[in-house]
Amino acid sequence: MLDLSDYGTSDFFQILKRRHPELLATFNASDVAANAQVPEASFQPYEGTTVLAVVYNAGVVMAGDRQATEGYQVGERRIQKVYPVDRHSAIAVAGAAGPCIEMAKLFQVEVEFYEKTEGVSLSLEGQANFLSHLVRSNLGLAMQGLIVLPLFAGYDLKQQRGRIFKYDAIGGRYEENDYYAIGSGGKDARTTLKKRYTPEIERQEALAIVAEAIWDAADEDIATGGPDLIRKIFPTLYTVTEEGVAEVPETTVEELYNDLISRL
Amino acid sequence: MSTPYYVSPEQIRQDKEDFVRRGIAQAKEVVVLEYRDGLLMVAENPRKTTFKISEIYDRIALAAAGRIAEYEILRVVGIRESEIKGFRYYREDVTAKWLTNLYSQHMGAVAQAWDAKPLEIELLVCELGATDAPENSELQNNRIYHIAFDGIYSEEEKYAVIGGRATEIIEILERRYADGLEIAAALQLVTETFRTIEANAEVDYEITPQTIEVACLERTAERRKFRRLSTDEVTTLLDF
Repeated sequence: MLDLSDYGTSDFFQILKRRHPELLATFNASDVAANAQVPEASFQPYEGTTVLAVVYNAGVVMAGDRQATEGYQVGERRIQKVYPVDRHSAIAVAGAAGPCIEMAKLFQVEVEFYEKTEGVSLSLEGQANFLSHLVRSNLGLAMQGLIVLPLFAGYDLKQQRGRIFKYDAIGGRYEENDYYAIGSGGKDARTTLKKRYTPEIERQEALAIVAEAIWDAADEDIATGGPDLIRKIFPTLYTVTEEGVAEVPETTVEELYNDLISRL
Repeated sequence: MSTPYYVSPEQIRQDKEDFVRRGIAQAKEVVVLEYRDGLLMVAENPRKTTFKISEIYDRIALAAAGRIAEYEILRVVGIRESEIKGFRYYREDVTAKWLTNLYSQHMGAVAQAWDAKPLEIELLVCELGATDAPENSELQNNRIYHIAFDGIYSEEEKYAVIGGRATEIIEILERRYADGLEIAAALQLVTETFRTIEANAEVDYEITPQTIEVACLERTAERRKFRRLSTDEVTTLLDF
């Protein structure tokens, strides 16, 4: 017979923790924290990133570069750092690539599981709070250098606006009103956004400043990849509006960069 | 000392079956049928938030006739087991056949347990064929599995019906169903069928967009193929 015991919880993370802890190795903080003498990771995880989000008049743009770095080497040129979560939210991740992707996947399943079992979507605020819990559960690994820091953004259907949430390593959750960028190139991207951002900005303008911010971050930070015009690899951009999450087509992103380069 | 009474296994089985049949005989029907762009699922259900048809996984939906509360548990457990499997392996590895076996085994075990009452439900596990599979590949085919209360299941083609008057509905569909119907035509066929059987019923049940529940698994959708149709959408489709 099927085990019906955890019928009633809509928390997928909780179910995995109880029934299949082996699937959650990277998120079982207690495992690692209890074993404090584990030596600091002796290998170099893929890391280095610029991911950012910008609120505009119809919602929010979320974007990320495509490069993963392994020490002084390029580890991966086409990695994805931005993932749609549900119809009205998206997550971007910075930190050690493996655990980052795993957290984004787990978070997406968690939110979808909630929606399917309860029959209504988890509120944006609820999603942001849950993510904070996930980040905190990764604390053990974070202490050993395998940090995962997400940036979360979505369209709040009740408040009718785009919203951005950033996190610290111990799960602190902070809302940003206009824009934010994290990762090794985050500070450089924020400088560009600070100069170019205006409230109630239009979509096209928002996409342009996002493209420019990644360009500047890639210019200053060796661990951030800019547009690769030879291989045709471009940063990923998503918009989240009342209509849903949509990826900005690659041809549009290419045009954004052609415009930017022609102005340089 | 009193003599322990004896009941033959055949008698126990027969009693349980009679008990369930009486329950299911009163259950309102759910129809699933293939249309041009996927699978259409329609149920007689006037309630707005208590559903008989629901999303399980990317290409899989579950429909039930009988006791809602018993169905509800199986629905949630189905979502749970599917998500766990998809998380462990890959989303495409979650199939209707696997889920049907899971339900079948559970329902069979409950029906045979000496200290439990059989589940008073019938299920339809529906799966849309893989839209990205090569053309003419088996993987493109839709799947419909019909599971009875005792876990015995059968694979259906083109359409399937559960509920008290399933046989009557199937008789009508056998005459009127055609391949490649548009969604509006498919929905009209089901509502007309419902009207025909309701005309012979003792209790009045008017078939309107407000009294039916409609959902579909759509080939044109993104990853999650399941979609519930709103009352407005149903009204528009029926006016066609």
